[in-house]
Amino acid sequence: MLQHFGNYLLFIASLFYRGEGPKIIFNRTIDEAILIGINSVFIVAIVSTFIGAVTCVQTAYNLTNALIPRSTIGFMVREMTLLELAPTITSIVLAGKVGSNIAGGLGTMKITEQVDALEVMGINSASYLVLPKILAAVFVFPLLVIIAMFLSIGGGYLAGTLTGEVTAQEYITGIRSDFIPYNIVFALIKSVVFAFLISSISSFRGYNTSGGALEVGESSTKAVTFSVIAILVADYLLAQMLL
Amino acid sequence: MIEIHNIHKSFDGKKVLDGVSGVFETGMTNLLLGASGTGKSVLLKCIVGLIKPDLGSVTFDGTYFTNNKLDIRQEIRRKIGMLFQGSALFDSMTVEQNVEFPLKMLTSMSKGERLDRVNFCLKRVGLENANTKMPSELSGGMKKRVGIARAIAPNCTYLFCDEPNSGLDPQTAIKIDELIKEITEEYNITTIIVTHDMNSVIEIGDKIMFLYQGKKLWEGSRDDIMDTDIRELNDFIFANRLMRDARKVEQEEEEEAESIEQNSKLDDPGSI
Repeated sequence: MLQHFGNYLLFIASLFYRGEGPKIIFNRTIDEAILIGINSVFIVAIVSTFIGAVTCVQTAYNLTNALIPRSTIGFMVREMTLLELAPTITSIVLAGKVGSNIAGGLGTMKITEQVDALEVMGINSASYLVLPKILAAVFVFPLLVIIAMFLSIGGGYLAGTLTGEVTAQEYITGIRSDFIPYNIVFALIKSVVFAFLISSISSFRGYNTSGGALEVGESSTKAVTFSVIAILVADYLLAQMLL
Repeated sequence: MIEIHNIHKSFDGKKVLDGVSGVFETGMTNLLLGASGTGKSVLLKCIVGLIKPDLGSVTFDGTYFTNNKLDIRQEIRRKIGMLFQGSALFDSMTVEQNVEFPLKMLTSMSKGERLDRVNFCLKRVGLENANTKMPSELSGGMKKRVGIARAIAPNCTYLFCDEPNSGLDPQTAIKIDELIKEITEEYNITTIIVTHDMNSVIEIGDKIMFLYQGKKLWEGSRDDIMDTDIRELNDFIFANRLMRDARKVEQEEEEEAESIEQNSKLDDPGSI
């Protein structure tokens, strides 16, 4: 375990050692950002809309006390979305989608000697292949989380008003009450940390693949498993430190 | 010229290379020959620096490579072209982008100059109209050709080929072998080819190094290889029935020639 962690740290350090020029890294980062961003918008939109809707319906179901105003539903949806659901659930979903994609892609490049081909040309393959993925993820994940925040709150609104659990006025009142702007900053910090963990862990697993197609599959699975564990641990630590 | 001296390499305590030394001449196709698992590919990767040998050194035209300063190693690596066993083309790039890639990364050529060079290299390997194709659309032989074009694009001084004709039909394999030999002679580069194909040995083996269980067992030319008395090498060469039959026919012809010669001496009383 410790050896793996040590290797992971050495791998991260190798990204910055004799790396490629800033222009190459910038162009590759833009390409990766487009890939990660555009390919993930649909799944993020679906997941966040339904999570907001489910949160709204279940909160309404639990609000049986007539003394508690119905606007609390909007308040609860907003708080849960900003603090946990948008950054964490979105990141877990992206760990499955982006993480497995990164690990599978790099693993395939490794076993088909494409990584060796880069090394023979005198290119730092880790820096050229992995650094742009990490930078792109760190840049794109907060944007996806912001989209998830809007859609989750919108999903709650739709579910609440269409089912008649809460009126539009009550929901919006709840959304606007006791708003703490720092929660958004906290959510974005979490998304940046999760982005780094997902992209770096998945890259590490993919880059160190050896063997054949079976091992590529194993790397993808391990990348997702370790990324999700890392997200949950980091989620707890960040909540302890920053709230 | 590439010189290797006393190369040792072990993996998890298992010795793969055991003190291999040799010289690979410029302008020649140098073959690393041996059965599977004898350490040929490991030796090739030690020479290009993909694997660090436990002991020993590699020298490129007198410049020490192993354990030298990073910038010197990088400088040498920029002169290296390599054709991998599975071609190792970048899946996400077209043929043109694959061949252009080393030029883009290693040279300061303009886009126009790069495209001219790409077209020249593709033409040289006989793939004039394949620029926009993706690697997945190519046959095995075409992939090897693109791999060769990518390797020679930045005017490499050293060409390394890891089993260039594996997985190809005999005709295509010979064409690839001939292409490598032509390029080697045309550009006067140092070429090292890992192979276990006797056809390659016969067709293009200017200089051959036979590896057996991680050791160099024999070194020589294709003209000498059939006449050695090293059992391991003979077992390897004549493992193929066709080769055994060819040797048998050759031996019978030699015996017949000898007996004709003896008979003619006996018939001619003046020769006694």
